Amino acid sequence: MSAHAHEHKVKRYTGLMDWLTTVDHKKIGILYMIAGLFFFLIGGLEAILIRVQLMEPNNDFVSADTFNELITMHGTTMIFLAAMPLLFALMNAVIPLQIGARDVAFPFLNSLGFWTFFFGGLLLNLSWFASAVPDAGWTSYVPLASNTYSSGHGVDYYVIGLQIAGIGTLLGGINFMATIINMRAPGMSFMRMPMFTWAIFITSALIVFAFPVLTVGLVALMFDRLFEANFFEAGNGGNEVLWEHIFWVFGHPEVYILIMPAFGIISEIVSTFSRKRLFGYSSMVFATVLIAFLGFMVWAHHMFTVGLGPVANALFSIATMLIAVPTGVKIFNWLFTLWGGSIRFTTASLFAIGFIPTFVMGGVTGVMLASAPADFQYHDSYFVVAHFHYVIVGGLIFGIFAGLHYWWPKMFGRMLNEGLGKITFWTFFTGFHLTFFVQHFLGLLGMPRRVFTYLPNQGFDTMNMISTIGAFLMGIGTIAFLLNVFITWAKPRNAAADAWEDGRTLEWTIPSPPPEYNFKQTPLVRGYDAWWKEKMDGNKEMTPAEPVGPIHMPSPSIIPLVMSIGLFIAGYGFMYDNLIVGGVGLLITLGGMFFRSVFDDHGFHIEPEDQDKGVHA
Amino acid sequence: MKRLLPLTAIFMLILSACGREDLSTLNPQGPVAETQYDLMKLSIGIMTLVVVVVFAICIYVLIKFRRRKGDKTIPKQVEGNHTLEIIWTVIPLVLLLILGVPTIQHVFGLAKDYSDDKSAVHVKVTAHQYWWEFEYTDYGITTAQELIVPTDKKIQFDLTAADVKHSFWIPAIGGKMDTNPGMTNNMYLEFPNEGVFRGKCAELCGPSHALMDFKAKAVSSDSFDRWVSAMKAPAVMPADPEIAETFNAQCLSCHAVGEKGGNSAPNLTGIGGRQTVAGILFNSDVVADPEKEDKTTAENLHDWIADPQKVKPGNTMPQVDLTPEQIDGIAKYLAGYKLDY
Repeated sequence: MSAHAHEHKVKRYTGLMDWLTTVDHKKIGILYMIAGLFFFLIGGLEAILIRVQLMEPNNDFVSADTFNELITMHGTTMIFLAAMPLLFALMNAVIPLQIGARDVAFPFLNSLGFWTFFFGGLLLNLSWFASAVPDAGWTSYVPLASNTYSSGHGVDYYVIGLQIAGIGTLLGGINFMATIINMRAPGMSFMRMPMFTWAIFITSALIVFAFPVLTVGLVALMFDRLFEANFFEAGNGGNEVLWEHIFWVFGHPEVYILIMPAFGIISEIVSTFSRKRLFGYSSMVFATVLIAFLGFMVWAHHMFTVGLGPVANALFSIATMLIAVPTGVKIFNWLFTLWGGSIRFTTASLFAIGFIPTFVMGGVTGVMLASAPADFQYHDSYFVVAHFHYVIVGGLIFGIFAGLHYWWPKMFGRMLNEGLGKITFWTFFTGFHLTFFVQHFLGLLGMPRRVFTYLPNQGFDTMNMISTIGAFLMGIGTIAFLLNVFITWAKPRNAAADAWEDGRTLEWTIPSPPPEYNFKQTPLVRGYDAWWKEKMDGNKEMTPAEPVGPIHMPSPSIIPLVMSIGLFIAGYGFMYDNLIVGGVGLLITLGGMFFRSVFDDHGFHIEPEDQDKGVHA
Repeated sequence: MKRLLPLTAIFMLILSACGREDLSTLNPQGPVAETQYDLMKLSIGIMTLVVVVVFAICIYVLIKFRRRKGDKTIPKQVEGNHTLEIIWTVIPLVLLLILGVPTIQHVFGLAKDYSDDKSAVHVKVTAHQYWWEFEYTDYGITTAQELIVPTDKKIQFDLTAADVKHSFWIPAIGGKMDTNPGMTNNMYLEFPNEGVFRGKCAELCGPSHALMDFKAKAVSSDSFDRWVSAMKAPAVMPADPEIAETFNAQCLSCHAVGEKGGNSAPNLTGIGGRQTVAGILFNSDVVADPEKEDKTTAENLHDWIADPQKVKPGNTMPQVDLTPEQIDGIAKYLAGYKLDY
């Protein structure tokens, strides 16, 4: 090895500049997590305000206009700016480690994805300061979201903010698909991939197929709003139902984009903390693929009352019900993974185990909703609100909490406090069921969703009060989690490589947190649950698949940040009809692309003698 | 199975006991809602079974297989079990079949179209921000906010919207159908029991979406016929010529009474007999069971005319420049405008 021949001069940053320029998947994961938690708090605050308004009948805590802004921003923020980045945080932090890779396939793209998401989200939320907040619901149905009926800039913030943030998600999807296909360690065949990796692989495929649809829809809506096009204007030959189709052709797969990673997280945690191999691994994989496939066939079940006719309603009813079968397979596989195991109750496993019955409750109301004639009663009532919060909060958010507690030592080298963790779980779990269980009945009793107030004496009062109390309890749970994070911050970094001792997958074979190159030597994978297999064979570490040598690393770069700021400026310019500002913004972005394309950057190498220095990088 | 029965029974009890008769989907007052309720009961039954099975296994597993202190044993690593996996694929499929068959049957059953049926009453519903227009095409009459229907006939609705998308929902009578601008949807409902049922807008349509309520009043067929003739009778104008003049000049440019006036705002013929003003303010002198916060029709009309934005933010009724006496006069006149049927 002519080690020194590889040396390049690469500027390495420290402090803030390090975070702004990083292309390291672990640091990008942390950035995604911080941004995601930040938006989660904003969305949560909006939820609390919504619940305070609905606490009692004829309340006037917020005005009707403000209420519609709150529900729109709550939904949009939680889905696009909290849930998605928190998933991306875990994807980034874990996937390369789980497949034995040193980074993702396109580290530069990874950074660009984060920054476009961040600036898109920022743009959307700055609408609060511009007093032009989107208020047509997170679905932004036209004509309510059209120029005629939303004449301010509110919906423009929605359209352009999501468009920019959506670029980031799409880039992430492409990146992780490429990473999982190409960068697995030797021996890790597809059917030896950990379940979380499988889930992210399928999620990425869903993103790649679903997000372009949203992009197209948003472009059309943007043309309608900014340039008076007539895609959705019924009066000029457009069709508003077209928007609903576009939105849900994206929107339904989006639901699975959210829940698939949670399925993966639960699979890992249930298996680890019961010290058992995942029951029915291959049927789990098959079920995941099937759910994803069917996920594209069922969008019109959000539109049963639009008037598509009985044939469409019948077909989409049956297709939707079918999804219950692979989902049921997954549920029973988890239960039978626990069966006969040795179950340890940590915060992570509590969230994962709490997920199972909660998600089942969300799932069965999903099947109820699939029955179109009955859906005529449920649709757009609080029953639907209860249903999708059961699957999104009870499914995805429980999954994220489980995943964060589980992988926290791997991400930061510190164990979260278990006592506070359990307080987080019990308050959040109880609060969640208190908030949303009663909402099923509110809907059945005739309370429509998205109402800023309701009359007394309709049987809604008590249950709304219970729901609000539950929301506060969830708030306390979230605060307990934040407290835990801050307390842990002050603790020494002493987490072991195999922090939970029962780790089964490759991320538990390397130090916590991992060095910037992850694996000093790429491991050789000899079977499913690679690390568990080695441990059971009495080995203390993985068999390396390559000799020690210089490790090729990508260089940090400020260009992704600059390009994203360009898009942010351009978005503002076009929104306020200022073509000069818009043009300058686009020039900045194109300039960034130009620099990236013209100047070659081959990265740098870490020599073997330097490799042990940066273990706690 | 024995342990499940009381649970299911309690659940069913909660379900059947809940809700207002004129509002709840769980207290159906017509065959359409009845059919939907049957389907809901069937699906709730199946789903309760699923939930109970999962909960039972879950609780059993958590108690039986929890890790004891200092336990270092490695459990048997099971790969899977084909028999079990087939069982939990086939049983859900069977359950779905049980739910799927009646679903398909009712999807088509409830989509029956009575547009060409001469014995049905045809109502064209146009949703506006934030009020409902009901045009009886068979009789050439139009009313607003309070739908009057006979108990002995099927009612065929043609649904559309004048501005944004709304959704037409009378929970106790039947499920909802969207009103799409530029398109017409069809739906039929039946109202076998006399009474007044609460209707709601179920699609976000702007700030006053929550306040876009309406009423559906089911009356005997004789009464319905009397109502139709009363609607066709010449308009009754205010007795006081000055109020009549103001009403004509200020209100009838958009509103209508009888044959007089415009049609861009709710028709006011017989408004004094309606349960609510603006769909949301209950009239204590008309409703059978007034609540203590309800005002009389004249008072509600006065509040509404004086400041429409306060009652329904974002609605299109202008705050007309009227003296307090004029508002009073118009409110009293309208409150007294009742149809005999």
